[in-house]
Amino acid sequence: MGAKVTRKRVRTRWRKHDTELTLLVLPTTIWYILFSFLPMFGVIIAFKNFKIHGNFLSNVINSDWIGFKNFEFLFSSNDVWIVIRNTIGYNMIFIILGIIVPVSLALMVGQLHSRKAAKIYQTMMFLPYFLSWVVVSAVLWAFLSYDKGIANQVLTHFNQDPKNWYMEPSYWPYLLVFMNMWKGLGYGMVVYLATITSMDSTYYEAAVIDGASKWQQTRYITLPLMKFVIVLMFILSVGGIFSTDFGLFFQVPRDSNSLYNVTTTVDVLVYKQLKTATVGMASASAFMQSVLGCGMILFANWVVRKVDPESALI
Amino acid sequence: MSTQSSYDSGLEKFNRVGKGTNIFFHLIFIILALLCVVPIVVVLSISLSSEASIRETGYQLLPSAFSAESYNYIVKQGSMIVRALGVSVFVTVIGTLTGVLLTTTMGYALSRPQFKLKGLLTWIVFIPMVFNGGLVSSYYINSTMLGLSNTIWALILPLAVSSFNVIICKTFFKTTIPDGLIESAEIDGAGQFRIFFTIVLPISLPVLATIGLFLCFSYWNDWFQSMLYIDDQSLYSLQALLNSLMSNVDALAKNASTMGISYAELVATMPKESARMAVAIIIVLPVALAYPFFQKYFISGLTVGAVKG
Repeated sequence: MGAKVTRKRVRTRWRKHDTELTLLVLPTTIWYILFSFLPMFGVIIAFKNFKIHGNFLSNVINSDWIGFKNFEFLFSSNDVWIVIRNTIGYNMIFIILGIIVPVSLALMVGQLHSRKAAKIYQTMMFLPYFLSWVVVSAVLWAFLSYDKGIANQVLTHFNQDPKNWYMEPSYWPYLLVFMNMWKGLGYGMVVYLATITSMDSTYYEAAVIDGASKWQQTRYITLPLMKFVIVLMFILSVGGIFSTDFGLFFQVPRDSNSLYNVTTTVDVLVYKQLKTATVGMASASAFMQSVLGCGMILFANWVVRKVDPESALI
Repeated sequence: MSTQSSYDSGLEKFNRVGKGTNIFFHLIFIILALLCVVPIVVVLSISLSSEASIRETGYQLLPSAFSAESYNYIVKQGSMIVRALGVSVFVTVIGTLTGVLLTTTMGYALSRPQFKLKGLLTWIVFIPMVFNGGLVSSYYINSTMLGLSNTIWALILPLAVSSFNVIICKTFFKTTIPDGLIESAEIDGAGQFRIFFTIVLPISLPVLATIGLFLCFSYWNDWFQSMLYIDDQSLYSLQALLNSLMSNVDALAKNASTMGISYAELVATMPKESARMAVAIIIVLPVALAYPFFQKYFISGLTVGAVKG
């Protein structure tokens, strides 16, 4: 094997700057190994009868292989189907609304005559994005608390019975969608607006000279130019269709048991199983989520590549 | 990138929506903007209401009886709140510094075209974007193998690096730092460490600010790591404290009672409802004051992120 290897060595000789760069990235690489890659190998506990005593590594090695038993347990419960329905259902609504609403608002805010007002609106609408879900949950509590909340005060003011909001599942799908929009709208708008403002103004000048109306400009110039970013956001959100914002579904409904059927998503389920020490099922759910999520990213990317190779992520 | 100029061109007045539409759009945005800000103002007003008025009439849009007793209480009794504030500040500062360092070094190495390990490292950064080990194995590895449970590092280390940030950095270095600059420094005999810290970082302030701010907000706002790894109340961040106050308003009094003050007395005098909202305001206030000034960095950061790495 000697000759071949030597010739290759000459072409790709290791230089001093390679050593230095390696040292430079060493801490980050260690971080990746510890916090990203070790957990990836840890997923084998989904296939083991895992006990939580003592050292993790010896546990993993000493636990018995049980094949797909954990998955059988998981899918034999009725809950899991509700949870999957919630996860995919909410995400589909979020994906659709998360494109339509911010894109239209970004288009609208770009049309306002006053740039200053547009800036103020954006800044105000961006604020919820920077709040944590714990804070959001406190904010919502101010409105929905049974005895002190503002919503019930309004209801009693109009001679209606106060509602126990955290016990009534029928309102929560709308509330959760609303809260998600409330928190993420400003961010979405900024992403799309950044693309709109970086577009070449000569297109519009030419269009105006040709007598294009504002609507025609939007339809034939702005939207096609935004396609790349829209598709990118779409791939990212489709890739995440099996995971949800844990805070939205756990903190905002305040972990209320009456709301279980409409607020439990895969992330919440995994967390609850983890905390109730049903580790086998928890790791099976988490494994399923990771694998399906990975598959979805690759699938979404594949579809996009078929339709428009330029926009594909990978 | 000349971003704003497209709206200020000479053709502007032919290129506008009609007056009616403009007013209609303004109306929509006024409603949306108020919807985003008013709830926070309501929380502020509750935190400034007297406990008696809350007990009587519930939460109010505007305080019927103005009182700063909750903030007074925090200053006087709230050793736990002060401690949590300390934890939050420490985690945010150290976490942001660690994160920026780890992210930019990796981003820089990946931006060097001649680096031999570039291919391997690109995969190391890319794979976690598509696949991850999930919560359960991360939890067990962090808590039992790395021993992070009930240490401040559990709040700092797991959040330090994100592949998305690394790619933003890499793209930035690749597009804005001329190869000639680094090559000439190499010819002059400068090592990579020296090049990175004295040449590359000082001219990369925009990306440092972007990554730094993203990290800063995510550390300040994090509650999930606390919920997973921290049982020890002395390591509670503000978010974790608010979280426990949301489920149990007496949590503060319980802690204070271990410090020699009678529990019954404390529970009786404590402004529970407004204290809860006061903690929320302590969390929100720095964010609400700081972010409008940094908004432009976020926007440029988001735009960089949207460019393919």
